[in-house]
Amino acid sequence: MSNTATADGPEARASATVKPELMTWDSRARRVVTLYVPLACFVIILLFPFYWMAVTAFKPNAELYDYKTYNPFWISSPTLDHIRHLLFNTSYPRWLWTTMLVAIASTFLSLFASVLAAYAIQRLRFRGSQYVGLAIYLAYLVPPSILFIPLATMVFQLGLFDTPFALILTYPTFLVPFCTWLLIGYFKSIPYELEECALIDGATRLQILMQITLPLAVPGLISAGIFSFTLSWNEFIYALAFIQSSESKTVPVAILTELVSGDVYQWGALMAGSLLGSLPVAIFYSFFVDYYVSSLTGAVKE
Amino acid sequence: MSVTATATWKNVRQEPSRLVRLFDWKPFLVFICMLPAVGLLAVFLTYPLGLGIWLAFTDTMIGRGGSWVGLENFEYLMEDPVFWNAVFYSVFYTAFATIGKFALGLWLALLLNQHLPFKSLLRAIVLLPWITPTVLSAIAFWWIYDPQFSIVSYIVVDVLGLRETYIDFLGSAWPARWSLIAANIWRGIPFVAICLLAGLQTISPSLYEAALLDGATPWQRFTQITVPLLMPILAIVMTFSIIFTFTDFQLVYAITRGGPVNSTHLMATLAFQRGIPGGQLAEGAAIAVAMIPFLVFATLFTYFGMARRKWQQGEAND
Repeated sequence: MSNTATADGPEARASATVKPELMTWDSRARRVVTLYVPLACFVIILLFPFYWMAVTAFKPNAELYDYKTYNPFWISSPTLDHIRHLLFNTSYPRWLWTTMLVAIASTFLSLFASVLAAYAIQRLRFRGSQYVGLAIYLAYLVPPSILFIPLATMVFQLGLFDTPFALILTYPTFLVPFCTWLLIGYFKSIPYELEECALIDGATRLQILMQITLPLAVPGLISAGIFSFTLSWNEFIYALAFIQSSESKTVPVAILTELVSGDVYQWGALMAGSLLGSLPVAIFYSFFVDYYVSSLTGAVKE
Repeated sequence: MSVTATATWKNVRQEPSRLVRLFDWKPFLVFICMLPAVGLLAVFLTYPLGLGIWLAFTDTMIGRGGSWVGLENFEYLMEDPVFWNAVFYSVFYTAFATIGKFALGLWLALLLNQHLPFKSLLRAIVLLPWITPTVLSAIAFWWIYDPQFSIVSYIVVDVLGLRETYIDFLGSAWPARWSLIAANIWRGIPFVAICLLAGLQTISPSLYEAALLDGATPWQRFTQITVPLLMPILAIVMTFSIIFTFTDFQLVYAITRGGPVNSTHLMATLAFQRGIPGGQLAEGAAIAVAMIPFLVFATLFTYFGMARRKWQQGEAND
């Protein structure tokens, strides 16, 4: 900047009172154009489907299918009809309950398994623990799309088909690798000296895990828990393949398979269902955004 | 006095019970700790993976066990145009969705890396598309792509007047393909942006200051500092993104179910359609197994192609 000022020195001196103002205005305009305008576009585009979901969910049908007389971006007479239909004429509460149950159970199961595994890999340091850690990491790269067909035959043979246990037991296949990896990183950040002190004081390994490492790893546990919960809430392909009866479906599957019926789509009800189905995760997430972001980025940085 | 002292001293040091000693014996403890995780993964991940590969070489159907048929399933698929179309679209979808996600995601990360008011709020908002259930946002896109009541068409036709007729997003092959890619990019931007933002924040500002003093232009600073230092994290995020885009299922299943006329089938949706509702488990498994070589290739390519810089510097084992 100083270069340009000296380069056109005479001119700059001549308009000394005008130039700096112009410069600041210029840089501010530049900042608006290069930073705020693109950022606003991003935010609008990223949020628009949610806005559209919400607007559709509260619109009466007359407005929904008439863009000529009503402005589609706004609701002139909001209604709760779609939500009432969803709550009282379908098994939506039941689906929400099943989803919640499955998500919580599989989260606890995978947290239990991953805490022990991460502790063994990171702290007990047996021979070959690095390779076990790597194998668990690689397990995360195996996508559910490859596994669901053989898993469906297994689930059928085990007699779990159409029960929540089919989902509770299969969700850990993608939750455990992720949580273990996250917790290994977290345990790494806890000073080893604390455990050495406890060992010298005569604590057993299990006491150390329960009374020293775990309380210190609570933030890590919370982020692993949030992640597992949202991942299980969002899971689709296993729930679609392993659950058949209408009552024990999870929300994402049920909305797509139960609410979409016939040729005329009930867009209002569909959007209300999507909105209600997204809300629990969104609320849950909004309380723990920072944990979520740190675990997301922490896991990638590992 | 001294007698009582020794007596209490003896009492203090109790022998731990056998159970406690067993749990303090390291090999046993390691075994117990690894058991739940390894057990779960072995039963529900490793075994099904092997079972899936085996199923691909049999003629299993729903309700009927199969016998070994060798490469018959694959020979059949080789001559199936629907399968080849799915392979083509999977590659196409992955390629364009990845390019879009990373271009826009990197841009968004660079924007968010600047000094901004309400930065954490913005970050929270940006992540929303990623945390809401994919199927539910896919249904919202389905509604946005509606042939009659599409809001995008409304904006283009009635507000801006750029077109005469409403756009038929999902009615024919190519528009449907691009519409799905757009929805996938929308959903993928947040993940890429937040991960890359974390990478950007690890780059020391002093490097940029030094470059500024040396007279580097913004573009030079971007290509000579940001990109090389972002490469390791970019490689990992891209590997993940490619794997999960290639094996994507939810978005396509929710919006088009592979239609119109099988033109938007990904390999995963085709495997599902043939395997579960169609009942041809073996054929579905064969399609799923056919994804594995692509995934291995994509992983190796991105990982070794982009992370090369990192392990040349000998930082691989940190």
